[in-house]
Amino acid sequence: MAILSVQNLTLRFGGVVAVSNLSFAVEAGTIASVIGPNGAGKTSVFNMITGFYQPSEGRIRLGDDDLVGRKPSEITRLGLARTFQNLRLFPNLSVLDNVKSGMHSRTRQGVWGAIFRTGRQRQEERLITETAEACIRFVGIEEYAGRAAKALPYGAQRKLEIARALATQPKVLLLDEPAAGLNYEEKEQLIRLIGEIRDSLGITVLIIEHDMGLIKRISDKVTVLDYGRKIAEGKPDEVLRDPRVIEAYLGREEA
Amino acid sequence: MGPKTTKLLRLLLLAAAILLPFVSNNYWLDVATLALFYVVLGQGLNIVVGFAGLLDLGYAAFFAVGAYTTGILMTVYGWSFWLTLPVAALLAAGFGVVIGAPTLRLRSDYLAIVTLGFGEIIRILAINLSITGSASGIYGIPRPAIGGYPFSSQKDFYFLMLIIACLVIAAVSRLGRSRIGRAWAYIREDEDAAEAMGIDRVRMKLLAYSIGAIIGSLAGCVFAVKMSAIAPLSFSFMQSIMILLAVVLGGLGSISGVALGAVLVIALPEMLRSAEEWRYLIFGAALILMMIYRPQGLWPAGQEQAADEREAAGDGAKSVPM
Repeated sequence: MAILSVQNLTLRFGGVVAVSNLSFAVEAGTIASVIGPNGAGKTSVFNMITGFYQPSEGRIRLGDDDLVGRKPSEITRLGLARTFQNLRLFPNLSVLDNVKSGMHSRTRQGVWGAIFRTGRQRQEERLITETAEACIRFVGIEEYAGRAAKALPYGAQRKLEIARALATQPKVLLLDEPAAGLNYEEKEQLIRLIGEIRDSLGITVLIIEHDMGLIKRISDKVTVLDYGRKIAEGKPDEVLRDPRVIEAYLGREEA
Repeated sequence: MGPKTTKLLRLLLLAAAILLPFVSNNYWLDVATLALFYVVLGQGLNIVVGFAGLLDLGYAAFFAVGAYTTGILMTVYGWSFWLTLPVAALLAAGFGVVIGAPTLRLRSDYLAIVTLGFGEIIRILAINLSITGSASGIYGIPRPAIGGYPFSSQKDFYFLMLIIACLVIAAVSRLGRSRIGRAWAYIREDEDAAEAMGIDRVRMKLLAYSIGAIIGSLAGCVFAVKMSAIAPLSFSFMQSIMILLAVVLGGLGSISGVALGAVLVIALPEMLRSAEEWRYLIFGAALILMMIYRPQGLWPAGQEQAADEREAAGDGAKSVPM
């Protein structure tokens, strides 16, 4: 069953068509990827799904909920979390406080509870801390828990962003170029981590990525975009052999 | 500074504040009372500017809303002082929402301009409306009483403000370290990322703005009965700037820092009184030097938080194996 589906999605900026009549579906419990050359419209698709851009046309559904027209915070509450292509952490806050942000939409405590430190408030604070710590352990950066996010090595910052997204307890996790800037060892860890997110947490993953090696190894399904259109879709091996895909990436061979 | 030293220091300060009226003359007691007003106003503005990162240049407007609400309800309608407090709080929150709702969607710079305008509108309204007593203001505001005991002396108002200041400090520091306070910090750090983590930024900013407004207006209520006369002059743009100065000088987002900043903003010009007309020049120069050599404030939020955390989590070491 498709947990996330996009139908006839179009995005225009003035006269420029960034995404054109795009449809695809992500099956629950799988890892799906969207690939394509620079400027193909991948991040625009992500921004529409997460509510940061409003599509000009089309529908986006998460389970039974329609996502178009909702605020990003509402979409997160409905069970969709994301990371950003260029890391968007809370740089001066500790790793623990960064991850706690994910629990905001899963808890309710308000001004009253905070000022009077009610029993329910303290109970919720404990839950927030425990969940955040579990997410930090899951991605394997517990050694940095007390440090400011900006003081972490780059690879750990990438993992922190994933931990923060996991703390929102999503049904679907969107990763925007998670391997960008990682070295070989870190990429291997990332591949294992994404696999575990699907297998042991049961979260569906949608990835935008440039790194073909990574896509090939972990995707159950690949959708290829070029100039805002879908040009191929299917299992990674088949898709990457598709002449249209090769042409999009390498250009046409002159006869 | 270790957690124990911080705790001890706070207790010592409180003891000094309680003993002050018994050793000070009326002049310095009056200065200290004014400083306490600034402590309360500073904490209110600290929520808006320090916690949520929203620049507010017209905060004195909420101070005015409180003062005029109490002044009018007591002199014209003969209300009890205590009953004017909830009305002033509601009015201030209402104004906060009316000003905030359209502007908090925008980036902080626009909010600064709108709040600057709002501050001026309130002041000019007060000068021109007959119900606010025009330029001469409202006078003859009765003294409040509690259980038959009337507040009349300098000492009474000093202790009233000291209690209010302690309550506000406790409330603001608890708010700052709660789910709500963290949400404000996330918005201050990166609005888009906060929104992506499920935090409704417009709602949370509106909340910060309204709570700040309520605290400002409550200070205004007490100000009205303490002075027994209020005039538009007390709610000028300079007033807003001086409150903002207390926050920035002490350290944005730092409870202890803002309290210290408030006391300095009031006490320094008084201490320099012997320097006659040079005193504001010296004060200004001191501020410029401060901003060059210690822009994070005298008592930055980071230091305060580190001390609090060490106190709260004695087990903090377990997560750091080194």
